[in-house]
Amino acid sequence: MYLGIFMKILVCISCVPETTSKINFTNNNTEFDSSQVQYVINPNDEFGLTRAVWFKENDGAEIDVISVGLENTDQILRKALAIGADRGYRINQEPTDSYQVAKLLSNHISKHNYDLVIAGRESIDYNGGMVAGIIAEILHFNYVTNCVDLKINENKAKIKREIEGGIETLSCKLPLIIGAQKGLVEESDLKIPNMRGIMQARSKPFEIIEDNTVETKTNTISFSKPDNHKEIKLLSPDNLDELIDLLHNEAKVI
Amino acid sequence: MSILVYIESNENAIKKSSFELLSYAKELSKKLSLEVIALVINCSNISTLQEFGPDKILSINQTKLNLFNAQNYAELISNVSKSTGAKNIIISDSVNCKYLASLLSVKINAAFISNVVSIPSSISPFILKRSTFSNKAFCDIKINSDIKILSISKNSFGVNKNKSEPIIENIENDFIESGIVFESVELSSGSVSIEDADIVVSAGRGMKGPENWNIIEDLAKTLNAATACSKPVSDLGWRPHSEHVGQTGKPVSTNLYIAIGISGAIQHLAGVSSSKVKVVINTDPEAPFFKVADYGIVGDAFDVVPKLNEKLKVFQAENN
Ligand SMILES: Cc1cc2nc3c(=O)[nH]c(=O)nc-3n(C[C@H](O)[C@H](O)[C@H](O)COP(=O)(O)OP(=O)(O)OC[C@H]3O[C@@H](n4cnc5c(N)ncnc54)[C@H](O)[C@@H]3O)c2cc1C
Ligand SMILES: Nc1ncnc2c1ncn2[C@@H]1O[C@H](COP(=O)(O)O)[C@@H](O)[C@H]1O
Repeated sequence: MYLGIFMKILVCISCVPETTSKINFTNNNTEFDSSQVQYVINPNDEFGLTRAVWFKENDGAEIDVISVGLENTDQILRKALAIGADRGYRINQEPTDSYQVAKLLSNHISKHNYDLVIAGRESIDYNGGMVAGIIAEILHFNYVTNCVDLKINENKAKIKREIEGGIETLSCKLPLIIGAQKGLVEESDLKIPNMRGIMQARSKPFEIIEDNTVETKTNTISFSKPDNHKEIKLLSPDNLDELIDLLHNEAKVI
Repeated sequence: MSILVYIESNENAIKKSSFELLSYAKELSKKLSLEVIALVINCSNISTLQEFGPDKILSINQTKLNLFNAQNYAELISNVSKSTGAKNIIISDSVNCKYLASLLSVKINAAFISNVVSIPSSISPFILKRSTFSNKAFCDIKINSDIKILSISKNSFGVNKNKSEPIIENIENDFIESGIVFESVELSSGSVSIEDADIVVSAGRGMKGPENWNIIEDLAKTLNAATACSKPVSDLGWRPHSEHVGQTGKPVSTNLYIAIGISGAIQHLAGVSSSKVKVVINTDPEAPFFKVADYGIVGDAFDVVPKLNEKLKVFQAENN
């Protein structure tokens, strides 16, 4: 247990298209085509949420989950509640820019005494990798991303972080915000909500926050898809010299 | 006013990715008529940067910057940005750069754009292309803030030589140290890291078991390549997590990606598709990877890979 009281954790959840979704655009390539797309909890956030549930189960902790989004995000937050979070918040704005999202989340965090805020290393749709860092800097929280292990004792955190070519261990005081990724918990640790969890989720507190702060620094104008790939050159397993020749003379990569 | 390029290093040696960043900055400077300043921290071989056209090199040597610390580095780059009037800050897309950039963006009131893949198509308004949806798409993004931090996707722009005679200035900088304390580091021994490698040899479930990875490692060694793997391979514990590439693993944007016994699931391809040249070796001609690769061999890895390795050794002996 943390300082003899419950640790308060916030998990930031981004609602993203399921990983096998077809990525198409409509309206003259200005909007993501969400028809027939199933939404899920951003995978990095799900690793973070699962770690939070372990804190709750083993060390005593209270978990809030939050998402900036419109009504369609509610199902994702309900799933997080069914997995084990205690309270859900949705900030009712369409997310368009990382700075806007971070600012709205900061407004919420500054009104609560969170010891630990968990976000994902990056969202798999926008891939900004920046929301958590912006919050940290606005609120003067310590911040560590690419987090693959987190231990908390009293008011001190010990964190393992994946770096290029290895893993480093860092320590700091709370409050802390982390960027979670696989490793923080394993794939096999992820929880599928059971019936009891789903029933319980229905009666857990869920609040919709109206905050009209809009501070964006960018606008997405249009989308495009990678060019259609040129034909592959198939080579026989008995003719590896030709492959080497092509890699050397044509592709110039060896 | 200037374009500031943060030159990343690894054990006091400048990283090769810096040359691409300088090439990008040089091209941008033609559009914006701003000078290019390279910021180098604790590096010895700074003269190599002259080949890529900086107007000025600011060199800092301070022991308290020996270890990368995102807060400290962000603080330092913020100070330098302010004193040089930097309007555009160019960084790589490494994990460390992205880590510090989000902090830096708040300190200097800048927009941070990650995964940039092009020079701006327009300057006023400032519009450029970045990759999104885990490399499955691109978006054109308009940046409204005066100061911009751009992290450039590896291998998206290329390296252009452009010799210059930069002014070299040694500077000192003081900052309040971060509350995050370094404890220790475990480096994976001897191997080339996926992030730094020009060639990545990656293998999947088609390898049947961890005991067969020696043929993958041998090929990687010959090519001075990093080894990588598909997600199930790391989930099964055949290979360490740090080798898992794809949408939920590490992104790979290398010159040559060799996929062995990997089917090419959408989540795998998402993370590796921005690699320049892709070679696939798979027994199944219907494997989806064949649809996105440049060269393919329909064949058994256990037969093809050792043969390829031997032939490469011969090729290298002849070409050296
Ligand atoms: C949310 C989510 C996220 C995911 N993220 C990722 C990710 O980031 N990265 C990732 O890789 N996957 C990811 N996946 C998993 C992905 O869907 C695939 O299951 C996985 O990529 C398949 O791995 P594989 O190609 O090694 O195995 P398989 O699909 O089993 O393919 C093995 C291949 O080996 C070939 N083969 C068999 N024997 C031989 C032989 N002797 N010689 C040559 N070839 C042979 C077979 O023909 C086959 O094509 C994710 C899945 C989900 C649901
Ligand atoms: N709309 C959102 N609502 C809540 N959290 C978000 C939202 N968008 C991003 N995040 C959090 O910020 C992390 C990084 O997102 P990004 O900067 O977009 O890559 C995600 O993994 C989430 O934890």
